[in-house]
Amino acid sequence: MSELTELTISEAARLLRLHSISAGELVTAHVKRIEDIDPLVRAYLRFTPELWEKQADEADQKLSRGEGGPLTGIPVAVKDVLCVKGVETTAGSRILRGFKPPYTGTAVGRLFEAGAVMLGVTNCDEFAMGSSTENSGYFPTHNPWDLDRVPGGSSGGSAAAVAAGEAMISLGTDTGGSIRQPAAVCGVVGMKPTYGRVSRYGLIAFASSLDQIGPFARSVEDASLVLEAMAGYDPLDATSAERPNDVRRDFDKGVKGMRLGVPYEYTQVEGMERGVADAVDVAIKTLEKAGAEIVEVNLPHTDYGLAAYYIIAPAECSSNLARFDGVKYGMSVQDVDNITEMYMRTRREGFGTEVRRRIMLGTYALSSGYYDAYYLKAQKVRTLIKRDFDDAFSKCDAIVSATSPVVAFPLGSRTENPLSMYLCDVLTLGGNLAGLPGISVPCGMSQGLPVGLQVLAPQWREDVALRVARAYEAASGVRAEVPSPRSPQGRG
Amino acid sequence: MSWNVVIGMEIHVQPRTRTKMFCGCAVGQLGDPPNSNVCEICLGMPGVLPVINKAAVEACLKTALALKCEIPIHTKFDRKNYMYPDLPKGYQISQYDLPMSVNGFLEVGGRKVRIRRVHLEEDTGKLIHAGDKLNKAWESFVDLNRAGVPLMEIVSEPDIRGADEARDYAQELRTLLRTIGASEAEMEKGQLRCEPNISIRRYDSDDLGVKTELKNINSFRALHRAIEFEIKRQIQVVESGGTVVQETRGWSESEQRTFSQRSKEFAEDYRYFPEPDLPPLQLDRAWIEDLRRELPELPGSRRARLVAQYGLPVADAALIAADRDLADLFEAAAKTSGDNKRTANWVIGEVAPSGRLPSPIHLAEIVTLVGTGKITRDQGREVLAESMRDGASPAEIVATRGLSQVSDPAAVRATVEAVLADNPKAVSDYRAGRVRVIDFLAAQIIKRAPQVDRALANELLKELLR
Repeated sequence: MSELTELTISEAARLLRLHSISAGELVTAHVKRIEDIDPLVRAYLRFTPELWEKQADEADQKLSRGEGGPLTGIPVAVKDVLCVKGVETTAGSRILRGFKPPYTGTAVGRLFEAGAVMLGVTNCDEFAMGSSTENSGYFPTHNPWDLDRVPGGSSGGSAAAVAAGEAMISLGTDTGGSIRQPAAVCGVVGMKPTYGRVSRYGLIAFASSLDQIGPFARSVEDASLVLEAMAGYDPLDATSAERPNDVRRDFDKGVKGMRLGVPYEYTQVEGMERGVADAVDVAIKTLEKAGAEIVEVNLPHTDYGLAAYYIIAPAECSSNLARFDGVKYGMSVQDVDNITEMYMRTRREGFGTEVRRRIMLGTYALSSGYYDAYYLKAQKVRTLIKRDFDDAFSKCDAIVSATSPVVAFPLGSRTENPLSMYLCDVLTLGGNLAGLPGISVPCGMSQGLPVGLQVLAPQWREDVALRVARAYEAASGVRAEVPSPRSPQGRG
Repeated sequence: MSWNVVIGMEIHVQPRTRTKMFCGCAVGQLGDPPNSNVCEICLGMPGVLPVINKAAVEACLKTALALKCEIPIHTKFDRKNYMYPDLPKGYQISQYDLPMSVNGFLEVGGRKVRIRRVHLEEDTGKLIHAGDKLNKAWESFVDLNRAGVPLMEIVSEPDIRGADEARDYAQELRTLLRTIGASEAEMEKGQLRCEPNISIRRYDSDDLGVKTELKNINSFRALHRAIEFEIKRQIQVVESGGTVVQETRGWSESEQRTFSQRSKEFAEDYRYFPEPDLPPLQLDRAWIEDLRRELPELPGSRRARLVAQYGLPVADAALIAADRDLADLFEAAAKTSGDNKRTANWVIGEVAPSGRLPSPIHLAEIVTLVGTGKITRDQGREVLAESMRDGASPAEIVATRGLSQVSDPAAVRATVEAVLADNPKAVSDYRAGRVRVIDFLAAQIIKRAPQVDRALANELLKELLR
């Protein structure tokens, strides 16, 4: 019954409640799918059979008593940056090999409490730095739609797992687009909540002021259910907000009477593919037909966003990654003469090229004499970008655009040129700088590969983003499909 | 040549809190087993986040208010980045350009020492080396019990003029902190750590000299000695044609000297930036006003009031005002006994060294019993001790133990006569001019009758010897 791996949450939940299937069977179907296909896709770094057996068992007990909620028994994959007690968690890095956190982070903990069943840990770019998952310290993940192409990144493993039917839902993190961009190029739904909506406790930090945890799913509704389960104030995260959990308010009300803004600058970005632009235009027309009013808006500081982002994110990462020093956990080079040599060799051998590049960039940007010219100026740009969005949202309820200017690109095609990789995030990182909620929903194909439509909403208006995305999904009939990747030539 | 001394003090104080600065771990005590008061947060595990301890903020604000500091509307925490094995995150959460408070002062012996800032930060862990220094040790151990313990850093302007004043400043600060309940401020327990910055300059010059910073100071006495040593050393260096090097110097208690620890010629770049895990604080002004209103009378003004209101000598007032409990006891007991000077003597001479506190009514009773001659001073001490031990009233103790002074003139005269009869040689010596024998005879009287009214006995002794 391979279709079990193509269900949405609400479909699966219905079958579970009717006892047509058990949580155990649902897990077994996914494990079978993983066995068949993951050797090709390589979405997972590790599997957690002890957890899935125990959690599926608990879910079935609850279901047999008529208890449980929408996530009870739902198989989930977790990005390698989210700490789960006793499960090796390495942020895709060799430097954390063997590290088993003594605690479970808040977001994952809330999903477990809601009855989700963890299948395993998914691959990602090292410390979530990258847009292709090629910076993983272990191996690259392949796009299920074309195994010669990347799944996007940094949460490429989580996106690919859901796209390939290797998990019903998964968790990622989004610092500059790391959920939305892989969701777009893998043809699934991916959502980054408002900064502060989901607790970051347990998320191995890349850039603290930008990071957010969010879901991947095969429908907008599924994404909303996972988000709802994770959202809310956490006393362990001082940046999480005490606000009503209203993310699913008016979910199915449609877009009639809503005003949707199309930022002119987002249509003009460098490297925008024709096929992507066309697919997004069609999607916007679909929304218009569904009753939305389409208006042009401006985000005049878009050009400076990338530069500001690549100062702020590396600056924070240079500090966040200082704790990986070989003293307390993870890798530690021991055949050294002194502590300085231990630091240097552990970090040189433990971190990959991109991580070292960003640590150096950030260290430089924070250095005395350069702080004002780089870090402080970048923060000012960030304020201007926030203001751009405030102005735009005074003219519209939500912003719609392409998620990624390009479809999935071939493995290895951008690794030599970091800037070309950074450009993948040009349409998403504004949302991080401004702390906005954003969602990517599949909107057709270009060159036989998925294209994503991004919906950005004002802070704390996940309900608006979800409502627009849901309205598009309903009006277009475009649904996240599970492709059937075949072994390409030359690989076994 | 004559030299002026310029000293600024950085004092780290552990505020009185149950838990650490950014996590729920107990602050623990000296001597706890290594790494017993730790959790994933203060261990700097991947994925953890800090949460501000409100009790630490409150202690810092109370301290700032007591030091007459301004409390800005906006304050924030920053990261101070440097790598060291006792610093689990690779950065210390501290406050850089927007500290919790600025521009206060503390009066020390009538002079104002200006306070530049009081801010909050977290302590680091501790390294134990098998071998010499970190870079030469063959094995090093990390104890993170102290990591994340809250610290207030109180920074003075360079207004202090010598070792005496530096010690007085630190002691005055300690008294203040204890009075307002912001800290136990026990130097021996590491709850108050002094780091003086010292420089010298020619008495006729306004140019500041090169400063050295002293560390490893574990007592007020060590503070005084270390500064004295350092002043002498700097003068010697300059007078012999050398120059003082900007550096951190440690105080060696065993050798009673300072030694060079770290050169500060090349300032380390800490790459401070705002802590993104903690939103900037906008402190509730009403809360601050509540704290200001709730501050007890501060030691300086209480000292002045004890002199003015109770007529105490300045030295006595200072001793009593230094301890809020003693001062409260004194005021309550003096009001009951009506004898300020004697009450002060009992508080300073008997209560303070005992480390215990009697009830003010009991103390007043004892002051009165001794003052009116009902019991002797020695008996008063015993009664006080027993009263502090059992909480019994002095009147009861005197009654049950049959203590009371013998002041009936006939009875006292009989005792004196009996002593004189027993010591004919002493009597004849006295009469022959060896007048100091009278002390021996007085002692014999007390030996025979401990409860005798001594003043009366001495009077009669002189009379009968004539």
